[in-house]
Amino acid sequence: MRKESESLEGSEMIVTTNAYVLGAGAGFNGGDILFQLAMFIILLALLKKFAWGPLMGIMQQREEHIASEIEAAEKSRVEANQLLEETRAELKATRLEAQNTIENAKKMGEEQKTEIIAAARAESERLKESAKLEIAQERDNAMNSLREQVASLSVMIASKVIEKELSAADQEQLINDYIKEAGEER
Amino acid sequence: MGHESPLRHVDLFGVTLTFNLSNILMITVASLIVFLIAIAATRNLAMKPTGIQNIFEWIMDFVKGIVKSNMDWKTGGRFHILGITLIMYIFVSNMLGLPFAVVYDDVLWWKSPTADPVITLTLAVMVVGLSHFYAIRMKGFSEYGKDFFRPMWFMFPLKLIEEFANTLTLGLRLYGNIFAGEILLTLLAGSLATGVGGHLAAIIPTLAWMGFSVFIGAIQAFIFTMLTMVYIAHKVSSDH
Repeated sequence: MRKESESLEGSEMIVTTNAYVLGAGAGFNGGDILFQLAMFIILLALLKKFAWGPLMGIMQQREEHIASEIEAAEKSRVEANQLLEETRAELKATRLEAQNTIENAKKMGEEQKTEIIAAARAESERLKESAKLEIAQERDNAMNSLREQVASLSVMIASKVIEKELSAADQEQLINDYIKEAGEER
Repeated sequence: MGHESPLRHVDLFGVTLTFNLSNILMITVASLIVFLIAIAATRNLAMKPTGIQNIFEWIMDFVKGIVKSNMDWKTGGRFHILGITLIMYIFVSNMLGLPFAVVYDDVLWWKSPTADPVITLTLAVMVVGLSHFYAIRMKGFSEYGKDFFRPMWFMFPLKLIEEFANTLTLGLRLYGNIFAGEILLTLLAGSLATGVGGHLAAIIPTLAWMGFSVFIGAIQAFIFTMLTMVYIAHKVSSDH
């Protein structure tokens, strides 16, 4: 600035004419034109290769990345929804199955209950029958053994009576009494 | 701004090329700065952008928006890189002349390259040339030629003028804005800031104008890119 101001003071008077007229004094600056053109084209080429190209590349890459991310997110959202639906259906099925199982178990328990009761009833019936049978048999056995005893007793009595000269009628009477007594004792 | 330009003449195959070394220097500096910033910004690219990568991604989206507002992305996508490079290069160029100007031996070396009509017109001609090139390439030569007679045949002279007017306005708008900004800065710094009182008085308007120039530089970079896309879309699209 200072330099310029110094030099300007000296040349203030001649400032006006040449500088403001387009191209005046300078003539035709063919060299400048060629240089500017060449420089601009070189700059364009260099920047395209080293700066704008990579920058555009990364912006493009980012765009693609974002697009793919959005796509992936959309996809996973759909997948999650599907999974949720599936899980829901599965849960429903499981619940239904559990209910069925419980119902079946209840039914089976009921059946088993009636079965067991019936079996118990039959068993008790059978036991009763067999007990009755046994009792009857025991009675018969007892009767038989009694009869046999009675017979032997009677023989003993008879032998005693014979010793005492017992009449036939007395003997009959005696036997009957014994039998009667034996029957009543039972 | 009234300083001499460091001109050099080079004879190349019988054609005399004139080089303004100041322009050469500043074009190189601007290109280098843009290149280095872009490389620094895109050196550690990450899927999760941080810091400067965010800024550059914003710039990309911004230019993408400019392209999209003029044509559909299918045709406009190929101009994306051109747009980003243009907006970055012009913005950096516009900023270069703001903090200081270097004058050595009454020769102006450091300035905005876009404060020279030759540079801005070169860019403008390049853009318009590109629009013609892509028009022929994408629509065919006959369709491209017919466009000069649409919507009415007698519009042809106007259409012809339009091409030159577009080129000139595109280049000179940028040049005018930046050149005027630097002129005013030079006047503020050079003519007003004489003596202690002058320096004090110059501080506030200089700061204000610098801020405004930053704004103008950004806006002009945006406008240049926007109009580039407008012209290209105008040539390339077939529905009007």
